[in-house]
Amino acid sequence: MSGAHHYNPDDPPVLEVEDLSVDIKVPAGTLHAVNKVSFSVRPGETLSLVGESGCGKSITSLAIMRLLPKAARLSASKIIFDGQDLAALSEKQMARLRGNRIGMIFQDPMTSLNPVYRIGDQLEEIYLRHKGGGRREARERAEYLLEKIGIINPTQRLTQFPHQLSGGLRQRMMIAMMLMCDPKLIIADEPTTALDVTVQVQILQLLRSLQEEFRMALILITHNLGVVARMADHVAVMYAGQVVEKGSSADVFRHPTHPYTRGLLECIPHPGQSATRNKLGSIPGIVPSLVGRIDGCTFRNRCNYAFGDCATAQVGLRDVEDGHSYRCLLPPETFAAGKLEKA
Amino acid sequence: MANFLTRRLIIALLVALTVSIVGFSLLRLSGDLAAVLAGEDASAEDIARTAAQYGLDRHLIVQYLDWLFNALRGNLGQSLFTHEPVWEMITSRLPVTITLAFAALFFGLLIAIPLGVLAAVKANTWTDRGALFVAVMGQATPNFWFALILIYVFGVWWRQATILGVRLAEIKIFGMQLSGLPISGGATWLHYVLPVVTLATFVMPAIMRITRTGMMEVLNSDYVRTARAKGLSPGKVLFKHALRNAILPVVSLAAVQLGFLLSGSVIVESIFALNGVGYLAFESIKRIDFPVVQSILVILACSYILLTLLADIINAKLDPRVRLE
Amino acid sequence: MTDATQTAADAKRRDSASDFDTLAPSPRELMRRRACSHWGLIIGLSIIAIFLLVAIFAGVLAPHDPYAQTLSHRLADPVWGPKGSWNHILGTDALGRDVLSRLMYGARLSLYISFTAALIAAVIGVSLGIAGGYFGGKIDSLVVYIINVKLALPVFLVALSIAAITGGTVTVMILLLGFLTWDRYAIVTRSLTQQMRDQDFIMSSLAAGSSHMRIIFRDILPNLMNHIIVIVSLDMAVIILIEAALSFLGLGIRPPTPSWGLMISEARAMMFFKPHLIMVPGIAIFILVMAINMAGDGIRDVTAPEGRG
Repeated sequence: MSGAHHYNPDDPPVLEVEDLSVDIKVPAGTLHAVNKVSFSVRPGETLSLVGESGCGKSITSLAIMRLLPKAARLSASKIIFDGQDLAALSEKQMARLRGNRIGMIFQDPMTSLNPVYRIGDQLEEIYLRHKGGGRREARERAEYLLEKIGIINPTQRLTQFPHQLSGGLRQRMMIAMMLMCDPKLIIADEPTTALDVTVQVQILQLLRSLQEEFRMALILITHNLGVVARMADHVAVMYAGQVVEKGSSADVFRHPTHPYTRGLLECIPHPGQSATRNKLGSIPGIVPSLVGRIDGCTFRNRCNYAFGDCATAQVGLRDVEDGHSYRCLLPPETFAAGKLEKA
Repeated sequence: MANFLTRRLIIALLVALTVSIVGFSLLRLSGDLAAVLAGEDASAEDIARTAAQYGLDRHLIVQYLDWLFNALRGNLGQSLFTHEPVWEMITSRLPVTITLAFAALFFGLLIAIPLGVLAAVKANTWTDRGALFVAVMGQATPNFWFALILIYVFGVWWRQATILGVRLAEIKIFGMQLSGLPISGGATWLHYVLPVVTLATFVMPAIMRITRTGMMEVLNSDYVRTARAKGLSPGKVLFKHALRNAILPVVSLAAVQLGFLLSGSVIVESIFALNGVGYLAFESIKRIDFPVVQSILVILACSYILLTLLADIINAKLDPRVRLE
Repeated sequence: MTDATQTAADAKRRDSASDFDTLAPSPRELMRRRACSHWGLIIGLSIIAIFLLVAIFAGVLAPHDPYAQTLSHRLADPVWGPKGSWNHILGTDALGRDVLSRLMYGARLSLYISFTAALIAAVIGVSLGIAGGYFGGKIDSLVVYIINVKLALPVFLVALSIAAITGGTVTVMILLLGFLTWDRYAIVTRSLTQQMRDQDFIMSSLAAGSSHMRIIFRDILPNLMNHIIVIVSLDMAVIILIEAALSFLGLGIRPPTPSWGLMISEARAMMFFKPHLIMVPGIAIFILVMAINMAGDGIRDVTAPEGRG
């Protein structure tokens, strides 16, 4: 569980997203990749979007960055970043924010850096673009950040090409690159999935300490509940393009309410158990196709508690307690521990 | 780097040597040279005399080694017909062919790369389909036929007294003659316009398609997404981050195409009556002037080998992952 | 048990997973769907089919003997020309031969030469490619060396020379073009075989005691088939163009055989007075080559959609 709060719950949020939807045109029709997702994140806070692959968490992050593929259409009642409505910005204005005030870290450090340019060039480039100033100033900033993230000989590293670095080192470079302009928000899309387990921990610790130091908001996208438990202040569990449960990570982990969240938590391995089951996909059943209109609850075909109304009723988010909500027709008491056995 | 170069050069030399052997055997084994040289009505005695005269009565291996050792000393022999030294015949005509090939490649790249980039950026739109259609059309057009059409269109249809400064009468000659006297010496850059257009059209489709494919792949790559997430301008993303990577296969292809252009000049030089190596090759082939044909064959093979080597070196400069070792 | 779970358990029996559309179509079905919606492929194959029918039934369809010279009817206009007639729809050439008939027999010749030559090239190239890719080591080095020599050999010049020495019969053309265009097959099959060699199904086949030959013919070759078909089509297109160019230069197919390249060559002297004599065979080459390329690209898109371009 995350330790002390590094954020002030009374601060205004850095990012406030309300009813964000993404529709993608595919040959078979319209794919509702993200369906009315809402969340917010404050300075210094970590929000985790968690779910299986294809649940829309990555699309959500690309939507915030406005980096969606051409076939995708974005709609939202608001995406307010630092007082600005991102959805209303022109592409030019948006480009001024990207990398500058919102940084993004991707999953695969092996392919996310341009192979034909030196690390130094790639770090300096983002600074020169947004902060102006000379190459020397950019170089100093890069060296400062590389030291900060614990790289021993920054000057030499900056002259290297990506293929000369290990995966962990490359991901550190990605992080340093996105910190060049001192952003207010970092979106990290599965930042450790492609790395070795030992390196994963280091990268997460690094993100955590940098976040504290620079008081950045962090949106951490992952399918790994261990990562969520280690990092997140708040959690939004996504399933089939919707948020099915959200709240503080303490609440969600202690009182998982939505059957999907409960399923996920049961999949976490206990000491002595094989780690291969530490995957969300271990809940039996298939995620429904998101093409075309979907009525009722999207989880019903995998849910042990499903009943007739699940197929037809509008299922909205409702509160378990203050700040902890879930998307299910059944009352929270239904799932209280020990009260019933699964059907 | 030095190591790599020596090794590659040795392989190149071996390949060139093998090509010379293959070329020699193919040319010599496919017919009796002496019989052809002696003429159609020659008696067996005539043929034997001709063979002795040209040294064709020796064992083929002896003949090849004779040719090889002379060639290594820079002596490519004499034309069987004009009795000029082959080396001079070729070098005096080389500038025409090289000008033609490089100009065609230059204009081909100039049109094909932007078109390929545009098609990739606008993938699966009508622009993309249009560009692909142009490429498919270009690939399907026989270049000798295209050359004739150009001559026809410029020479007759427009019925202008001068076309790009060249008198209509001359162009008419281009179209009609293949066996007549080629323009030598007096060729101005204007004589190159139509041949270059023909050859550029010939190389364009492949370059355009490989640019498009490479660019599409690169545009979907993670590092281009990173570049966009850094807030770089679209121009920077496209030209600094994407094109630099997409251009790598184009370099290799361009080298190969340049090799094709050198031998493709046979057709174009013959049709447009430019007195280059291609025309020389064609004339020599028709009269089975063996020393000339064999020499041109080997020179073209060597230039192909050197061009691909050059492309590898350029690619190693462009892509730090490629190590010349 | 509470009421809620009772209902839930009941519901579960009624409400199964089947109400979601989760069944993905099979790969073969997807391939069929892609083929049916691929206009390039459909148009390409249709045009090839038309040329093929004309080529096969040239003897029935051709209005005249392609060799018959009618000296009184030399250089007749095509039907749209000022003195055209339906007797010679596309007019006649300088020797008074019917252009349409020659065009039809030309299709037969072009398709015959290009297909058989492409097959010869395929046999040579695929054998080399599989040998190099499958056995690796010294054999592979040798194959790579042979490919390099082949690539360095100026194809067109060699073809011209040999055709000049031997005289351009159809058989010579086929052998020549077959032996000069196998490089693409070798390069592609070699790298594909290399990739396949280390895959599980080959390994398990080897472990089960299959011989190399058996693996090559049972496991590798069938998996290469789609790629080979694509290359055959692209190779045929190239061969048609080279054959036409050789014949045009007077060193390929010899007169009076009706070859498209030769028809253009023969019409060259009259091109300013009778432009249709070079246009008609040129367009025939153009359309056939374009159709073959479209079909080849289409087959590649349909069988391996990830490798587009």
